[in-house]
Parts: sequence; C-alpha cells; structure tokens
Amino acid sequence: MANLLSVNNLHKSFGALQATDDLKLNVETGTIHGLIGPNGAGKTTAINQLSGELFADSGTILFDGENITRWPIYKRAQFGLQRSYQITSLFPEFSVLDNVAIAIQATDGHSFRFWGKARKDKSLIDPAMAVLEQVGMDHLAHTPATDLAHGQQRQLELAMTLATKPKMLLLDEPMAGMGKSESHSMMEVLRPLKGKITILMVEHDMDVVFALADHVSVLVRGHCLVTGTPDEVRAHPDVRAAYLGEE
Amino acid sequence: MITRIRSVQIVTLLILFSLPFIATAMNQPFWVDLSTRILIYAIAAMSLDIILGYGGMVSLGHAMFLGIGAYSVGILTHHSFEGSAVPFLPGEWTGSMSGLVHLPASILASSLLGLIIGLLSLRTVGVYFIMITLAFAQMMFYFMISLPTYGGEDGLNVWGRSEIPGLDLSDSVTFYFVCLMLLLAFWFIARRLVDSRFGGVLRGCKQNEQRLKALGYNTMRYKLIAFTIAGAGAGLAGGLLANLNEFVGPGIMHWTKSGELIVMVLLGGMGTLIGPIFGSAALLLLEEILSAYTEHWMIVLGPILLLVVLFARRGIYGFLAGEGAKDG
Amino acid sequence: MQGHYLLMTTLLFLEQTLNGLQQGVMLFLMAAGLTLVFGIMHLLNLAHGSLYMVGAYVCATVTQASGSFLIGVISALGACAASGMVIEILAMRRLYAREHLDQVLATFGIILFFNELVKILWGPQALFLNPPALLNGTMEILPDTPYPTYRLFIIAVGLIVALGLRHLILNTRVGMLIRAGATHREMVGALGVNIDWLYTVVFGLGAMLAGLSGALAGPMLAIQVGMGENILILTFVVIIVGGVGSVRGALVGALLVGLVDTYARAFLPMGLREFMEPANADNVGAAASGMGIYILMAIVLLFKPSGLFQAYKGQS
Repeated sequence: MANLLSVNNLHKSFGALQATDDLKLNVETGTIHGLIGPNGAGKTTAINQLSGELFADSGTILFDGENITRWPIYKRAQFGLQRSYQITSLFPEFSVLDNVAIAIQATDGHSFRFWGKARKDKSLIDPAMAVLEQVGMDHLAHTPATDLAHGQQRQLELAMTLATKPKMLLLDEPMAGMGKSESHSMMEVLRPLKGKITILMVEHDMDVVFALADHVSVLVRGHCLVTGTPDEVRAHPDVRAAYLGEE
Repeated sequence: MITRIRSVQIVTLLILFSLPFIATAMNQPFWVDLSTRILIYAIAAMSLDIILGYGGMVSLGHAMFLGIGAYSVGILTHHSFEGSAVPFLPGEWTGSMSGLVHLPASILASSLLGLIIGLLSLRTVGVYFIMITLAFAQMMFYFMISLPTYGGEDGLNVWGRSEIPGLDLSDSVTFYFVCLMLLLAFWFIARRLVDSRFGGVLRGCKQNEQRLKALGYNTMRYKLIAFTIAGAGAGLAGGLLANLNEFVGPGIMHWTKSGELIVMVLLGGMGTLIGPIFGSAALLLLEEILSAYTEHWMIVLGPILLLVVLFARRGIYGFLAGEGAKDG
Repeated sequence: MQGHYLLMTTLLFLEQTLNGLQQGVMLFLMAAGLTLVFGIMHLLNLAHGSLYMVGAYVCATVTQASGSFLIGVISALGACAASGMVIEILAMRRLYAREHLDQVLATFGIILFFNELVKILWGPQALFLNPPALLNGTMEILPDTPYPTYRLFIIAVGLIVALGLRHLILNTRVGMLIRAGATHREMVGALGVNIDWLYTVVFGLGAMLAGLSGALAGPMLAIQVGMGENILILTFVVIIVGGVGSVRGALVGALLVGLVDTYARAFLPMGLREFMEPANADNVGAAASGMGIYILMAIVLLFKPSGLFQAYKGQS
C-alpha cells in the first residue's frame, strides 16, 4: 500500500523544549493509524504541524504526492487534509445544519457568492443533510450547536470534517471527555470509514485505539518509538516500559 | 400572521416615509435636516455593523471612511468651483458638480482606502486590530489637518449640493428622500450580503475563525472584502454628509466620530443591520434633547454609555423585535 | 565651509535626538501603565488619556496656587492614583471579563465624562504653565547649542521611572504577583492573594504614571481638553510597535516612536526642499512628516504583526 502521508525528520522546539524530535511517520492510504504516547509526548504538537497550525523548524511533510511542509492551514484543508480539535471547535451560534453546510461550502469552491440566500441553497442543504444522516444527527439539524450535549458536539465536529470529503482526517482525541455510551456511538461512526478515508488519530482511550487502528505509533518525547500493528505494539517491551507501564 | 419583527419593520418604514411631511405640517423644517442626518449616520453605522456585528471586527477607525467620502465631494466641488485641476489624476480634470460623479467618487475612494488599510490591519486580531484601525484613522485626520490645500484645520466649504438631473437636492425634503432611498438600497444590499454564502463565512469569522481556516477558508480574503464594502458604505454616507452640511472639515473623521458609530451600532442592536438606524436616531436625538438643557450634555451621555454596556446588551431593535432580530 | 556644515548638521541631529528621547520618555510613562493594565487585566482602557489630562490640570492648578511645581506634581500623582482606583472599583472591574468591544465603549463613555467634567471645572480655555525656575533655563551639553534644562529633566525622570518599574516588577512582592497574575490568574487567587485588591493597585499605578506624564507635559504644551486623546493614540502606536503587555516593549516602542516622529518632523520638510519649491515642500512636508510614526507602525505590522516584544498572543 502507498503512503498517503509521510513525515520525515520533523523537528520543532519551543525555547529549550524539544517538542518534536526527528519525527518519522508513514500513514498508509485507507488505514486508521493510532498515535499514542504519554502526556507531554508531543502528540498535539505533531498534529498541529501536520494540519498547518504550527510550522516545523525542519523536516518535511509529504501528503498525496505534494510537499506541504510550508503550506498554510487553509490550503492543506482545501487539498483534503482535515482535522478535529481536542477542545471541540464549532460555530456555536449556527444550527447543526449550518455548521455542516459551511463545511461543504468550504470545498465546493463557491464561497465568493454575494447575493443568493445560503439558507435556501439546495446544493448546500441536501448534502449537509446527507452527512448528518450518516452520523445519525439529522433529527438535530435545526438545533443551535451550542445547545448540543458534549458528545453530540464532538460528533458534529467530525461530521463537519467529513462533509468536506477529505482524503485524510487528523483526529485529536475524538473521544475526549466522553462517557462510555457516547464514545461507543462515536466508534460506530468511525468504524465504517475504514478503507474510505485515511485517519490519523490521537487518543488516550487504549480500548478505542486497539479496536479501531490498523497501525499504531508510539510517541515519546517527540520521537516515534515504534510503529506496528496493535498486537505488535502491545507486545513491544520498550512500549510497555515507556508507556503502558505507567498506567 | 404578521410577526413581531415584521411589524416593527413596517412601523419603522412608515415613520421614515412620513417624517418630512409631519415636520412640514408642524412647521418644523429643522426636523427634516435632523432626520436626514439620522439617515446618513444610519448608513454609516449599518456599514460598520457588517464588519462589527457580523464579522466580529472591532474597527475604531470607521469615521475615516466617512471623512474620505465627504472630502471626495468637497474636493471635486472645490476644483470645479475654482476651475483648477484635480491633482494626482491624469489629464486636466477640473472636478465636477454632478452627484452622479460625486457619490461614485466617494464610494470608490473609500473602498480603495478600505482595501489598503484592511490589508495592513487585518493581519492582526483582537486588541491590536482596535488600536491599529484607530491609529490609521488618526493618521488620516492629522493628514487632512496639516494639508493646507484643502482648508487644513478650517475645512472646506462645499459651494452647493451635488447636481442630479431631475432632482433638486438643495430642497431639504427631496434630499431627505434621496438619503432614505440610498439607505434602503444599502440595507437591501447588506441584507442579501450577510444572508449569502459569503455572509455565512463572515458570520463564521466572528464565531470561530480558526475553525474556518481548518475547514479550508482563507479567512483574510473574506474579511478584507467585507472591510472594503463597509468602507464603501461609510464613504457613501460621507458624500451625503458633505452635501447636508455643505461643509467638510477634519472633525468628521475625528476618532470620537468612530466611537459614536460604534455606539450607534450597539445602542441600536449589533448584528441586525436595521438596529443601527435606531441607534443613529437614538444617539442624535439624545444629543439634541440633552444639549437643549445643558451645553455639558456629554457629562450625561458618558455614564449612559457605560450603563448601556453594562446592562443593556441587546440594543433597541433587539428589545423591540425580540429574539428574531438577528435574522430579519 | 564643508566641515562647518557637517558639524552643524551633526549638532542639529543630536539636538533632535534629545527631543526624540524626551518625547519617547513621555510616551513610555503612558504606555507602561496601559500595557500593564492590558497584560494583567486584559482591559483595553481608552480612558488612560483622560488620566493624563487630569494630571496636567491638577498639576498646573496646584502649582499656580502653591507656587511649587513639586507640590503640583505630587498632587497630580495623588489625584490620578485616587481617581484611577475609584474608576477601577466603580466600573473597570466589571469589564475585565467582557469583550474588548464592551471595554472600548465603556471607556469611551468615561472619556466623554472626564472631558466634560474638566470643561466644567476649568472652563474651555487652555491653561499654560512655566517650568519651575530651577529648570527654566538652558544647558550647553552640546557645543554652541543651548538645550532646555526642563527637557533634560524629563529624560532623567523617565529613565529613573523605567529603572524603578523594572525593580518593582522583578524584585518586589507586588511585582511577583503582577508577573504571576498575568499568566496564572487562578493560581494567584488560590494562594490567598486578594486579586481584586491587586488589580486596583495595578490600575492605580498605571493611572499614576499617566498622571506623572501629564504633569510633566504641562509646562511644554497647552493644557486643554482633548490633550489626553492625542497622546493616547500615540501610545497605541507605541504599544503596537512594542508589543502588547510587555513593559520592555513599551520602552523600546516609545523611544522608537519618539525618535522617528521627531526626525520626520525635523528632517523631512528639509529634505523635500532639496528637490521641491520651498513653499510646496513645507506644505507637503508638514502633512507627510506627521505620518512618519504610522509608516513605522505599518512596517512593524508587515514583519511582526504582534509587535517587537510580544508578551501575549495577539489573539487575546
């Protein structure tokens, strides 16, 4: 399988802190790739460099055949690399439907329309409803996003990224702050994506990572310690020492 | 069934259309000029609402566009009157007295300025943006003050109102209706704008700009376009103001004018477009009424502003029209 | 002759440098208070200039009544610190958690109030104040170039205040709380420090610095309503150049703005005369030279959108 994303020798430091240290990472097309590591291992910093929120000090990021290392965040997103945030990031005053509609509008290339009413625009509303059905939120379409429960907000954020028809999703702790049943229903949304959309997922809930991921990489102090299948990683002695042993 | 918000809008329109006739009937011609002033400031405040209420850009320099619009009319009239050539333009054009030249010139000049100032100041957000827009506006203010060619501190007399075929703008009722038509046209355009796809992105900028970027929007472009359009609206208002006062001075772009425009938007109801009409009316009437009692009316206005900020956030229009004010 | 011309130019340049430093120091006194209040309480206080104005008026009035400039300055400091703390308690502390827009509007209201209050108390005419006799002469610190002692005095006062502030922030308990309060607000509260009291003191300190600036400016310009806003906007330029929340940025920004403004006003019209008719050059020069600092600001914006010394992200 070809690699959709390949990260080479990435470095990033904040003053004396080496947040990303010679990071190498390959994500195969169509797989779900888990990124785990102890607190402070630099997982979110890594995601931020992949999405373009931060620029790496050195190293390269190749995505779908392009060197995107210096691209601004919106250009990467346009090119099919979408992300979610650890702290849910929505448009709180918009309805659920409008949140998804603006996501669709981001990639259909017609945002410099100044006249027609967006709320009556079939070419936005129909696909937005379809995405909401896909994540099981169509009955909430007209609820303001701010009124949703926490788990629903996380799901809406995922729906927004899906609505842009991305090649790859960067999910930063999609289950953060969720209860058992909420994270279960999130898994049911993620599982069918396997094989369709490539996913790189930072997650603290080991059960989720090992249940969903095809490959897992372990990050320690900004460096990739090991990459392998969930079973290989679980069995790896360094990982047990560095990470699982702590829990 | 007429909703609450529609009835407020209809009553507002009825009042606006009948005002000059009431004023004439009651033999109070001064009211016509006051109402015209309210309409003109409403255009400026409405244009500010596009970026402030919808885009979340707190510009404390909006009066600079008002000023540029006004000076455009003043300068073209000045050269036309003197028969001298307008500097920095090709050829030997000696200005014009025509409203069909004046108002487009006001709009053009202020959008151009909006584009340049926007390019610089939109690189920043939050408190920087507030301070930078204020600083650039003050730069224009001092520039006009120290430019003796166009009156400097004393300003320019505008010798006669713009000429539009078939209309006599020096008749105050006619001028009132021209301003009203322009206000309604601007309101219609702004309404379509904020409800369009572009407007959706603009509202998104206010709520969560980071999210928009992560979805693939180059938000700078959207904000810049909105900033430029807002500048154009204020420029139009400035052109009208020059006509109303038959005078242009640097005072029109003093920073307190920018502050007053923000007050109008908040007082009337931010993010509603119609609200600023109420805000403009409220502030100018308050000024009129208070100053009848004391020349030190600002000592009352200041604390009123403070109280409005602390306790009355929805504004007059929000209070009248209820929940739906933002969507109507 | 050539050598003489060169000497004259150098002397003029040095003299203008002193002028620039003096203006910069005044701006620093303003900017330090404004940037501290923003850095710690996240409050954008437009009314900072009003305190400058109050400082100037109080100093002038008390000096004329008592005959002592020193008593005038001390009264101005007291009056400004006191009014600052009263404003903080009555209004400002309700605004810390609000959006910047609310802060802008509320402090705009306070400006209108103060401007009108001063008009009522002192009338619309400008006041004028002479420097105290001791400082009302000139010194020849540059050869053949008498320079006003009072301006040198201001430079000295400003530098002493800058050093004092540095000491206060780095070495005292209040300074430690100021530094901690800016970054870990909750923690300072949890340590049992009365955070409300800390904020009131910081606001009072900022007000006092603005008052000092106003009091010192009194003998150099017309004391009138609106003087606070002129310097407020220059102070904003200083903070944009230096970076919000950084006292060091305020110092560097203030000196830069002071120097650029002075040089532009002194040398731009002169430079234009080289290739324009004198009348035109004076016209254009007068208008353009005032823009020097704004051009400086635009350049800084292009390369460092959050200022030269950034203490806080522009986002806040």
